[in-house]
Amino acid sequence: MNLSTTYIGLQLPHPLIAGASPLADDMDTVRKLEDAGAAAIVMRSLFEEQLVMEQMASLRHLDAHEDAHSEAQSYFPGPNRFSLGPEEYLDRLRQIKDAVRIPVFGSLNGYTPGGWLDFAKQMQDAGADALELNVYHITTDPDQSADAVEDQTVEMVKAVKAQISIPLAIKLSPFYSALAHFARRLDHAGADGIVIFNRFYEADIDPEELAVTRHLKLSDSGALLMRLRWLAILSEKIDASLAVTGGVHTGLDAIKAVMAGAHAVQMVSALLKHGPQHLERVHSEMEQWLEDHEYESLEQAQGSMNLIRCPEPQGYERANYVDILQSWE
Amino acid sequence: MSITRVMTVDGNEAVALVAHRTNEVIAIYPITPSSAMGELCDEWSAHAQCNIWGAIPKVVEMQSEGGAAGAVHGSLQAGALTTTFTASQGLLLFIPNMYKIAGELNAFCMHVAARSVASHALSIFCDHSDVMACRQTGFALLASGSVQEAHDFAAIGQASTLQTRVPFLHFFDGFRTSHEVAKIESVDDDDLRWLIGDEGVEHHRSRGLTPDHPQLRGTAQNPDVFFQAREACNPFYLACPEIVQAQMDRFAERAGRHYRLFDYVGAPDAERVVVLMGSGAQTAQEMVQWLTNRGEKVGVLKVRLYRPFSVSAFAEALPPSVRRLAVLDRTKEPGSIGEPLYLDVVAALRELRDAGNSPFEVDPLVVGGRYGLSSKEFTPAMVKAVLDELHAERPRNHFTVGIVDDVTHTSLSADSELDIEPDDVVRAVFFGLGSDGTVGANKNAIKIIGEETQLQAQGYFVYDSKKSGAMTISHLRFGPRPIDSAYLIRKASFVACHQFAFLERYDVLDYAGHGAVFLLNAPYPPDEVWDALPREVQQTILEKELRLYAIDAYKLADELKLGRRINTLMQTCFFAISGVLPRDEAIAQIKKAIEKSYGAKGHAVVARNFEAVDRALDNLHQVRPPTEITTERERPPIVPAGAPDFVKQVTALMLAGKGDLLPVSAFPVDGTWPVGTSKWEKRNIAQQIPVWDSDLCIQCNKCAMVCPHAAIRAKVFDPKRLDDAPPTYKAVAYRGAEFAGSHYTIQVAPEDCTGCLLCAAVCPAKDKSNPRHKAIDMAPSRPLVEAERENYAFFLDLPQADRTQVKLDIKGSQFFEPLFEYSGACSGCGETPYIKLLTQLFGDRALIANATGCSSIYGGNLPTTPYTTDGDGRGPAWSNSLFEDNAEFGLGFRLALDRHVDRARRLVITLASDIGEGLADELLQDGASGEAEIQAQRRRVDELRLRLAKVQTQEARELEQAADYLVKKSIWLVGGDGWAYDIGFGGLDHVLAMDHDVNMLVLDTEVYSNTGGQQSKATPIGAAAKFAVAGKEISKKDLGLEAMSYGHAYVARVAFGAKDNQTVHAFVEADSFRGPSLIIAYSPCIAHGYDLSRGLEQQKLAVKSGMWPLYRFDPRRVQQGEPPFQLDSGAPKGSVKDYMRNEARFRMVEKIDPKRSKHLQRMAQEDALRRYWVYRKLAGATPPAPEPRGSTTPPPPMKEEGR
Repeated sequence: MNLSTTYIGLQLPHPLIAGASPLADDMDTVRKLEDAGAAAIVMRSLFEEQLVMEQMASLRHLDAHEDAHSEAQSYFPGPNRFSLGPEEYLDRLRQIKDAVRIPVFGSLNGYTPGGWLDFAKQMQDAGADALELNVYHITTDPDQSADAVEDQTVEMVKAVKAQISIPLAIKLSPFYSALAHFARRLDHAGADGIVIFNRFYEADIDPEELAVTRHLKLSDSGALLMRLRWLAILSEKIDASLAVTGGVHTGLDAIKAVMAGAHAVQMVSALLKHGPQHLERVHSEMEQWLEDHEYESLEQAQGSMNLIRCPEPQGYERANYVDILQSWE
Repeated sequence: MSITRVMTVDGNEAVALVAHRTNEVIAIYPITPSSAMGELCDEWSAHAQCNIWGAIPKVVEMQSEGGAAGAVHGSLQAGALTTTFTASQGLLLFIPNMYKIAGELNAFCMHVAARSVASHALSIFCDHSDVMACRQTGFALLASGSVQEAHDFAAIGQASTLQTRVPFLHFFDGFRTSHEVAKIESVDDDDLRWLIGDEGVEHHRSRGLTPDHPQLRGTAQNPDVFFQAREACNPFYLACPEIVQAQMDRFAERAGRHYRLFDYVGAPDAERVVVLMGSGAQTAQEMVQWLTNRGEKVGVLKVRLYRPFSVSAFAEALPPSVRRLAVLDRTKEPGSIGEPLYLDVVAALRELRDAGNSPFEVDPLVVGGRYGLSSKEFTPAMVKAVLDELHAERPRNHFTVGIVDDVTHTSLSADSELDIEPDDVVRAVFFGLGSDGTVGANKNAIKIIGEETQLQAQGYFVYDSKKSGAMTISHLRFGPRPIDSAYLIRKASFVACHQFAFLERYDVLDYAGHGAVFLLNAPYPPDEVWDALPREVQQTILEKELRLYAIDAYKLADELKLGRRINTLMQTCFFAISGVLPRDEAIAQIKKAIEKSYGAKGHAVVARNFEAVDRALDNLHQVRPPTEITTERERPPIVPAGAPDFVKQVTALMLAGKGDLLPVSAFPVDGTWPVGTSKWEKRNIAQQIPVWDSDLCIQCNKCAMVCPHAAIRAKVFDPKRLDDAPPTYKAVAYRGAEFAGSHYTIQVAPEDCTGCLLCAAVCPAKDKSNPRHKAIDMAPSRPLVEAERENYAFFLDLPQADRTQVKLDIKGSQFFEPLFEYSGACSGCGETPYIKLLTQLFGDRALIANATGCSSIYGGNLPTTPYTTDGDGRGPAWSNSLFEDNAEFGLGFRLALDRHVDRARRLVITLASDIGEGLADELLQDGASGEAEIQAQRRRVDELRLRLAKVQTQEARELEQAADYLVKKSIWLVGGDGWAYDIGFGGLDHVLAMDHDVNMLVLDTEVYSNTGGQQSKATPIGAAAKFAVAGKEISKKDLGLEAMSYGHAYVARVAFGAKDNQTVHAFVEADSFRGPSLIIAYSPCIAHGYDLSRGLEQQKLAVKSGMWPLYRFDPRRVQQGEPPFQLDSGAPKGSVKDYMRNEARFRMVEKIDPKRSKHLQRMAQEDALRRYWVYRKLAGATPPAPEPRGSTTPPPPMKEEGR
């Protein structure tokens, strides 16, 4: 069965990609992912916020004690021995590139245009085959409009595209008021792919301590449904490739995503839960299902259930809600 | 002459650059001001930088200087090229080995940043008392006087020792030279190789002990031969001076700088000459040149090679016309005829005359004097005073210069107004805050100017003794000629004050010359700056016609999210208005320097600093003063009017930076100092202070417990007292059974708080509808200070709770008055809460022996000190002996006290019939140490005194004097991990192995904190520290387990942020335990590299992860059939990573080498589990109960063993 697909201009033997996660932190796991047949590996995101915070914390809490007392000009060895830049990340990228033959994607998280976008170029130079720009930000400022938020992202995409020649995918959250329009703007700004959707750390409340706690729960197949809808809506409306992330746990999940319009299927939770070899299982489940249903290739199913081609497009639209209500009567 | 490279370095680096390249083994131990030399060498070796023979020198940090000396000696004996760096007490610990090293004629050159030896007080600053204590060891003593000379003499010393086989001690002045940053020419590798050659090296190596050609050294010799054998080395010493001169000549061939054993500068026909060595000689040279230009017949003789002292070279160096010599020593030898250099000169002249070799036209008159002890300023004016004195018919001998001695009248007076610095030298003085980056920025400025222009540059930095909110004063000179001025700037052409508040406390503009530029960081818009200045400042600006520029740097830094780091902003302003460099060039250079300094730190830091450069220029304004003073507001007095006389007359001057003006008579003769002085220094350094919400408060007292500065306190009191309370004073009904009916207050000391946030962090009481608000919130201090000052004064006047009614738990402990307050410790210090607790629980009867280190600095560094007294005038008696001997020192307290107690008890027995048998019996009861018993015994002692007054015998008088010893005292031996785990371990272990009632408190920061984060045996696996750059890979020593192995000692491991009650219990148990007790206390420290307001969370994580288990080992429990060991924390939970990733000391390793970091983390994890396993076993182990004490015959007394 031919499962091959083209995602952000890259020919892949099948759509299953190990998504951005701690999976790539460990070289053993990286090799196992390759052995399990992953079409590509996305590295964990390099967070703008984290880098800046650590750098500034270092300035404020470490440097502040230098040259401050007669007995000690510093409290740590070698002022320039360690760097708080992206070197650690780039080294890891190089290491993974050396270890595997499959494509490796860098991933950058940020929400403001700025000097940190230089990292995109540095990732390319370190050997990344593509880049994922993870727009992971919660807009809490009531003075910031949807337009402003979108403009900022579009500017970032343009800025990154201007720096790199490798493909660029944009990973979005579902929380946009006009996602389809926004996706097209990104498409026009040069995005080679749209990845839907990133999953936020969920805030929880500890009522005993009156504290906000944060959790990241692994996804399950239920998370896929919202993504299927948006894949279907965006599919064929934009030139950029589509990838799904979040909720793909089985071969059938993957088939559905492809039918909705995904060119690539990213998996994280299932792999964290069942280990890298799970990817192989999903791959064979896909193959099996397609064979059982006498498909010629995966391509035949690609986008078959999108908003344009599916038999009942209202199923993805608002009418859906009415139908269900009526069906109760 | 080879091509020279120019660099700007400080003296320590200048020396280390030579030492590292010319040695194979470097064994050191950190000590101020020499520590940086060892650290740099370690850095370079860690970076695989080679010596001139292509090998990477091995740098080892030992457990003490004694250890370093032994390692050096061994390495020399085994034939490696070896060096070391040390100073002061460290050098003294070298002395035994120095005799051996010299006696065996080892080629060895050590480098010493000369520093005062502690006598009536410790001082980290410079004089030659340490070096002079070595002049008899057989070492050659080579003195350099500037950064350039230190670099050059390091090379000459190394070359000379290899040629002469006489070991060399090369020394230079601590701080003045070791820490001065100067532009110098470097001696490159080729020069060094050429100078040192191969022959001496080969000979040295060939003398190394080896079983292939076995030899025996270190024999014991007897009366028949020792003497002759000792004299056998004479030829080497006789030859030494000539060889050194030859090396100096050779050096000159390559470097172009020619030195002589004695360098004379001055009139060829001079009649008056000063003789001295070290940096003072540079200053003397400056004055002499100034005077000879004015036709005076004066000169200076700079002594380079002090040992072996070459009488002939000395005679040759001086002009024959000399009639009078003033010999200046930077040391004091009480009881001697004179100081060493003076005695040598007198002897040399006498020898010359007696031998008929005197080249002088007349027999010169010689006087000696002392100068510069503990870095006392030595200025050209003082040199002139000395030379002027030589004019006198009978010049004073054994004089002092630089102080006013109004007791024995030794001092010469110098003209403080005399300033001989030429106008073409730019002189800039900067007042900064330790944490604002001023010194770092100035070092950058020197580098920029030194390395990018033809100008010469010099920087010297003065720090105050506080670790939080410390003031720094930078003295920068830039000029067309080499800068020899080894003294502080007096009349600056540029003065910058980076803290507006300094204007209220210091006479900042005293440093400004006429017409100088004055740059001020002022929290005001430009048009309001003038009116905000105190009257005195306005007056000086007008009188001296200063040009005033202002910038609101804190506002800008805030906008740029740079916190309190205003260094880049202020540096940019300096370059913009000082005119040292063209503005555009300067800006480009600053940016280049920012890239260099912060490039590795990350893009965000660079970007924000770049922005700071640009924004600074837009926000810098010239303020044109009106023609007259516009305010009546004067600088407030330094200390309040109610302060004791001593504080007003002595302390206040020191606080104002005018301590130099105090005469000898102002001081106690023996170093004794009054307690309780920190309360008179209101530093107002907090930007934010805690605000108490009395309604929300659950009255747990945790805020008071965690406060490192005793700046937030709790009290219960009679509500009637509230009638006189100030209007904003807050109090609430006390919720607790023990003080029913009382009111309760949590009160901040607004002017003593450092704003560390710990009280707010620990506060558990949240507002249910707005949990962001807690019972303790931080709020900007400025609007609060005035009211809270009044509230605090009222609070302090409220009576203390009855100690006998207080429950001994965390809450109760905070109703005891802290007798350790407002120390100069770092904001958020993790050590001081323990010391404070100690003083709360036992302060009124405690003797504290304090090992040298952070705790002795914030505990005993002048001008003000934190140990204080309670309302009855009782409080901790405190002393510091040394770093290495604190356990023994404290044991000495115990031994003496026991004798006093014995004496008192015997006298009670003797006088029982006079004072009443009943009272005598009660007094002699061997009571426990609870508060009630202590108070009861005090009342008995009061009664005893009353009764004794009626007894007219000598014994009664004696008992009166000794009576207080009948009340139990608590002896505490306090110090850091450097003391307990390393340098003082032998003593600590010995005291543990005895059975005396002393309590040892180890403030474990897991590094040498005071000297800047060098690793100790307490450093945990995986932490980067100096000398463990790549992360320590050996487990932290389990000191507690070692102590427990004796079985009879009380041992506890505590972390107040993790389990405060356990901490309190450990202290109480340690005190009540009649034997040695050891408490190992986890102490967050700035050397851990994180925001210390998170220190409590980190303590919790340390305990939870198993990195810092809590336990108490109490041998008394065995009597009850229980295991003596009680584990107070649970099994390790989660990963040690959860703890480690929050601290830069661990994070650095991860950044440098992630693989290694992972490996070390795994080891740390295994360690944690292993420790827990061992402790679990211990917690379940109950040994059989021993016979009760006293039931067995005591063993016979030990015999003294020979040595």
